[in-house]
Amino acid sequence: MNQQGMHFEKLRIASFDFTCCEGCQLQLANRESSLAAFFGLLDVRAFREISSEKHDDYDIAFVEGSISRSDEIERLQAIRKQAKVLVAFGTCACFGGVNSLKNRYPIEACIAEVYDGQQVESLPVRKISDIVKVDLSIPGCPVAKEEVERIVVSLATGSLAALPKYPVCVECKERLNTCMFDLGEICLGPITRAGCDAVCTTGKTPCLGCRGPADDINFPAFLELVRERGLSLRDLKEKLGFYHAFEAYPYQ
Amino acid sequence: MKRDCSIDIRHLTRVEGHGNIRITVREGKLVEARWAVVETPRFFEVMVKGMSAERVPFLTSRICGICSISHALASIRALERAMQVTPPPAAEAVRLLAMHGETLQSHALHLFFLALPDFAGTPGILPLLESHPELVRAGLHLKELGNEISTVTAGRCTHPVSLVLGGLSKAPDRKHLQQLLDIIGERKSALEVACDFFASLDIPQFERETEFISLHNGSTYPFIGGELVSTDGVRRSENDYLLMTNEYLTEFSTSKFTRCSRESSAAGALARFNNNSAFLHPEAKKAAEKLGLRKVSHNPFMNNIARLAECVHILHDAEALIGKLLDMDLLEIRTRFTPKAGSATGAVEAPRGILYHHMETDEEGRVSKADCIIPTTQNNANIHNDLQALALQSLEEGKTDREIEKLAEMLVRSYDPCISCSVH
Repeated sequence: MNQQGMHFEKLRIASFDFTCCEGCQLQLANRESSLAAFFGLLDVRAFREISSEKHDDYDIAFVEGSISRSDEIERLQAIRKQAKVLVAFGTCACFGGVNSLKNRYPIEACIAEVYDGQQVESLPVRKISDIVKVDLSIPGCPVAKEEVERIVVSLATGSLAALPKYPVCVECKERLNTCMFDLGEICLGPITRAGCDAVCTTGKTPCLGCRGPADDINFPAFLELVRERGLSLRDLKEKLGFYHAFEAYPYQ
Repeated sequence: MKRDCSIDIRHLTRVEGHGNIRITVREGKLVEARWAVVETPRFFEVMVKGMSAERVPFLTSRICGICSISHALASIRALERAMQVTPPPAAEAVRLLAMHGETLQSHALHLFFLALPDFAGTPGILPLLESHPELVRAGLHLKELGNEISTVTAGRCTHPVSLVLGGLSKAPDRKHLQQLLDIIGERKSALEVACDFFASLDIPQFERETEFISLHNGSTYPFIGGELVSTDGVRRSENDYLLMTNEYLTEFSTSKFTRCSRESSAAGALARFNNNSAFLHPEAKKAAEKLGLRKVSHNPFMNNIARLAECVHILHDAEALIGKLLDMDLLEIRTRFTPKAGSATGAVEAPRGILYHHMETDEEGRVSKADCIIPTTQNNANIHNDLQALALQSLEEGKTDREIEKLAEMLVRSYDPCISCSVH
């Protein structure tokens, strides 16, 4: 096809979901004004949520959700075999996401609490890269459609698809928001990867780090900031653990 | 004519989540018709334990990617009632507007992306972009408007940002509210296109007497809180939600089933309409009349029509609400409170029906126990029973396997099941 004078093949994509809310896939159907142009770049081979058509000849697989059952592992491995590019799509896929909060308790206790002891299969929650190789990660709870559009265009034109290296703080300052720390709240904006346009802090709620750590963060300095301000360390722990995205920066 | 028929649909498409349909007929007799949810369970009731009350709506909104605002508000309502917090009137108005945005987005998604292809005979919406451009544009315009309303009121359409305990963390921008008013004015024509199209469709003729459960407040079409009522005459207060649901487990489904006065009951747009049609906006009443929807309708396929009538209501009510907000100063938006121990239920009408969150907190305001009962959970048993009746009726009418399969898929879709929600 020809788009703005450039020739390229439509991307043969498929979208799959595992343990999640399907909110990231839903973003693919959002930004309605650019929807026709967006799907114009794509040859959708399988996308159960919006189409009954199903073909296994896709090149790019968008995989949403974390993994918490053995049949999911099998499905994911089959997708990995087919896909030339496997995209971990959204925070659950990239980091385990909120589902990981379940891992604080033994599986038997979880099942007993919700299913009155009936036999239900469930495994501790894992992120996609714990099971198969991931080629590209697009974090966010939910993913930001503008960023997805940018990355899809990069894939279609064969250019480099990259996420911002800097933290949410930069975008937040650009939007001239009052700092959440100055409002007395712990905010993960200083250590979280940008790309969301600081949507939470612009709504005056603290960043909970859904996009995971930015490149080269200074975690000890961040901890020092929280201590200096005399903010609750229990609150810090709850926020760092919310999306399971700061596993590499343990805080006790 | 005695015949065999075997329908086995694994992972039904154009629904949210994973569910299977199985219908087996041997020598003209129905052996089995079953709706089974096979989605991976997520354990939100465990995940929320020990979490500070203020953070809870940010977690529970993640139960669903389509109705995250409903989940956030159900948790907020439960926790506010548990801790006796009264949000300011401006915050209540903004919350209702956020619900309107979500319901419009969800209904437009269902009607145009999920249901329309069945009536048009295409696998999905994408081929319709070329064959029915005006109709698809109308659907996209309505869906976009829903998302815009949610974004202006809640900071983001999926997984809201500014809906917090006590009210709002940030008031909507007046300029954005004014813009919404302009867009609503423009988009009423999209609603007309949608109504004309759906009025021209042959809705499958199928009825099974059903108990319909919804909220009811006696003065407005219900969205947030109120009495729990059923078309069989049951009335309960919000905190007595367990008497409406009576959850039980089946061995073939990871989502629970529920029942009230009968073997099953239904929640959703049709249930809301059947219990509350008197409170619809006059324009929505007119649309319902034109579309052949009258209470009490026992045809589950009329859920689609009830959704469309609700879209009409929402556009007009949103217009009035925004007018009201523009007359307010929007300075008092958040009630400060001290967390404490308590327990209460928050019920809201999510797009797919009545949604209950029950929360218990300790002295620090941390959740010690939570229970969430989702609309799809309340519809599963009814879908299952409808499938059996539909299979029997279709056999009597001499329908082919392919026709039965299509009708069965359409029946399940008419409930717009939100399966990942139902195995929260």
